[in-house]
Amino acid sequence: MTAASDRPVTGDPAAARPVLDAPAVSRVVDRMAHELLEKTGGGTDVVLLGIPTRGPHLARRLAARVLAFEGFAVPTGSLDVTLYRDDLRMKSPRALEATDVPADGIDDKLVVLVDDVLFSGRTVRAALDALADLGRPRAVQLAVLVDRGHRELPIRADYVGKNIPTSLRETIHVLLSETDGSDAVLLGPAAT
Amino acid sequence: MNRHLLSAADLSLEDATLILDTANEMAQVSDRTVKKLPTLRGRTVVNLFFEDSTRTKTSFELAAKRLSADVINFAAKGSSVSKGETLKDTALTLEAMGSDAVVIRHSWSGAPVNLARIVRGSVVNAGDGTHEHPTQALLDAFTMRQKLGRVEGLKVTIVGDILHSRVARSNVLLLKTLGAEVTLVAPPTLLPTGVDTWPADVSYDLDAVLPKSDVVMMLRVQRERMGAAYFPSAREYSRRYGLDVDRVQTLQDHTIVMHPGPMVRGMEIASEVADGLRSTIVDQVTNGVSVRMAVLYLLLGGSESAIGSAEA
Amino acid sequence: MSWVIKNVTLYGEGEPVDVVLDEGTITAIGSGLSGDDELDASGCVLLPGLVDLHTHLREPGREDAETVDTGTQAAAVGGFTAVHAMANTTPVADTAGVVEQVWRLGQEYARCDVFPVGAVTVGLEGKDMAELGTMADSAARVRVFSDDGKCVSDASLMRRALEYVKAFDGVIAQHAQEPRLTDGAQMNEGINSSLLGLTGWPAVAEEAIIARDCLLAGHVGGRLHVCHVSTAGSVELIRWAKGKGWDVTAEVTPHHLLLTDDCAHSYDPTFKVNPPLRTQVDIDALREGLADGTIDAVATDHAPHALEDKETEWGAAAMGMTGLETAVAVVAQTMVEPGRLTWRQVAERMSEAPARIGRLEGHGRPLAVGEPANLTVVDPAAPWVVDPATMASRSRNTPFAGHHLPARVKATFLRGALTAREGKPV
Repeated sequence: MTAASDRPVTGDPAAARPVLDAPAVSRVVDRMAHELLEKTGGGTDVVLLGIPTRGPHLARRLAARVLAFEGFAVPTGSLDVTLYRDDLRMKSPRALEATDVPADGIDDKLVVLVDDVLFSGRTVRAALDALADLGRPRAVQLAVLVDRGHRELPIRADYVGKNIPTSLRETIHVLLSETDGSDAVLLGPAAT
Repeated sequence: MNRHLLSAADLSLEDATLILDTANEMAQVSDRTVKKLPTLRGRTVVNLFFEDSTRTKTSFELAAKRLSADVINFAAKGSSVSKGETLKDTALTLEAMGSDAVVIRHSWSGAPVNLARIVRGSVVNAGDGTHEHPTQALLDAFTMRQKLGRVEGLKVTIVGDILHSRVARSNVLLLKTLGAEVTLVAPPTLLPTGVDTWPADVSYDLDAVLPKSDVVMMLRVQRERMGAAYFPSAREYSRRYGLDVDRVQTLQDHTIVMHPGPMVRGMEIASEVADGLRSTIVDQVTNGVSVRMAVLYLLLGGSESAIGSAEA
Repeated sequence: MSWVIKNVTLYGEGEPVDVVLDEGTITAIGSGLSGDDELDASGCVLLPGLVDLHTHLREPGREDAETVDTGTQAAAVGGFTAVHAMANTTPVADTAGVVEQVWRLGQEYARCDVFPVGAVTVGLEGKDMAELGTMADSAARVRVFSDDGKCVSDASLMRRALEYVKAFDGVIAQHAQEPRLTDGAQMNEGINSSLLGLTGWPAVAEEAIIARDCLLAGHVGGRLHVCHVSTAGSVELIRWAKGKGWDVTAEVTPHHLLLTDDCAHSYDPTFKVNPPLRTQVDIDALREGLADGTIDAVATDHAPHALEDKETEWGAAAMGMTGLETAVAVVAQTMVEPGRLTWRQVAERMSEAPARIGRLEGHGRPLAVGEPANLTVVDPAAPWVVDPATMASRSRNTPFAGHHLPARVKATFLRGALTAREGKPV
């Protein structure tokens, strides 16, 4: 789940150590784009839907790489899953983020959900429910920058930027220049 | 702690903005094939209407249903006025049924405040007497933002029976919070005592105010008011304070015309104007559902409410 | 059985003395006195028993809200030895039969004398004059007539009533409320009523009637008493009428001396009252008027209501609040502590003047040997917190719940008999 990234950074930032620096993030996204093209047979009916906050930025980066490599634009969008979450009653209601589906919709498309961190899998579960209310894709795949393990649902990613084994007490912070000023993935001790 | 939406004054700028932003996302649901969200599954919302209002009741009902809440419609006309069941008894009955929120419409001002002291769940004021109607003000602000891109700095003119209007009260409070400049226009008999202390300008001259307005909001004027000598005749009212085709010519190109409904066509607003291109009357109804979805989500969606007042 | 009240200051003035009560009268005032029973009143003030010009006892008709029994218990606890019971009962006290019944009940319970107020018009309907003379001649000896709760709004009828009661030294106690200006009114008309969306009750609705009635009283030479004055303008009008030498008196309630219409923001109908709570400007004028004697008396307008009539929406709720048990404490807080009235003047405003206006014998008398032993012992420095649950009234609608008040009635004596002590009826 995106928990690690949409929670405020509460641990000691100095105690967090970089797992990926900016050039590494760039290389990882390059590779993911290549894999995407390979696995989707050229990516022609793909729609990239990012899960806020950082997913939509990653989706746009992947689309930009595909444009650079293959010369065609993959439609991208944003899918807020807040209203489908199963942990709503555990905290105060949160502000919603944009849901923005490309004009041609998702029916009969290959939708690739894009998120920064894959953790429990609950966000992806919510995203699958949200997708079902929006239309009927031909197939759904999942792309994540970081897989940190500890799945609570039978969900796995089709494209993984980096597997980072973590303990439950650790936190993963994904930083992107669009939202955080620079690119990096940080591994830090959990806030107490 | 449970929180309520009893008055537009309960909403800080932050609260109001959160509601309007949330409503913006909720609005998309109405455009989808599946117009339903699982968000309030298992929650129970009671529509407690002591006064007929098909429009508001339907709007709240649809909002709650689109969020998958269970909805109970409880029509309880009269209350203690007809020596029937009291508000307290009704509230206790609803408590026993396990309601999470009560949406109340009542002909007495303040009844939602009284109810909030009795029930454990959240109370949403859906219009109380001549006091307030906060979700109407929210949907009006939402409509202004949708049509004009902002609320802050807009010149909003509210015309009609300010004295008896809960819509006017809530709008004045909310628009002040959102930074609009409000002018109230009415015959002096239909302006409340102490209106000079409200955060609004006051004018008796509609023609002087119209050209400067970004938004013109017409309020319903009940013909019954004539009997109490608030004004002599519908014809005179209409002539001095009605929005007719000629007056609309004096508006700026971007100015929108709003009306909370139900309208008295030919009295405060001409049919041509109500059905004209500037009219947002139908949009207001649509937006009402989105705004009420946002309010219900923010009050009930989490472990505790994100908006509203804890005081009753 | 005799009582001695030890170490009490008369009217709060001079050195403490002992006062002996025997056979219903004051028999000795001095030092080192004794009696069968003794009340230590060190630090306390002795006043003539308080007289209320304006009490609703609700019997007959609404015995679920108050009875003569419970109402006189509340009166005794509050230091009263005489109350005027308003006429708006069911049936209305508009005949000799009803007033005599109320009068006898008061005598029977013997905790506080009950003087019935007779209705001015039959059924309080404002149309036909009730048999005022017959009520005056009855065992109840009615001298105060009022349609309280309703205004005698017909100017001609009011004129005739003012004239008619001259024959038996009666007084018309007017509830000044122009009915057309207060149609559906819920609270003071002002900034708060507009914000709260409650129909306003303009000050002018009270003042217009007071002005008219003062002119009528001046014209016919009748005796006018103005009930529960609540606005600054009313005080000014009464000051003007008195300046003319007309026979006009007025009362103010404790709640109008303390509470403003800000209370309505809670929509708690406990604060719904007729006339409504007004503004601080009005409170200041009422306090000044009471201090300078423009307003002659404090009267409680004790208006008990059953829970179900108050536990409802503001608009549907009954008007009125209880007041007997808190009156002297509120006067202490609003008038004595700030130095606006001495305890000597409190004796005048809460005992002597109301007894005079009601033409009562045996009440409002001097503290002297040979006078009737109708007495109230007030502890001026006994802070307490008002708790509706512990009150003697059958109803709980006090607006002062949770208020800290500075003074308390220590004991009340009616014709030498202890009727209440330390907040409890005897």
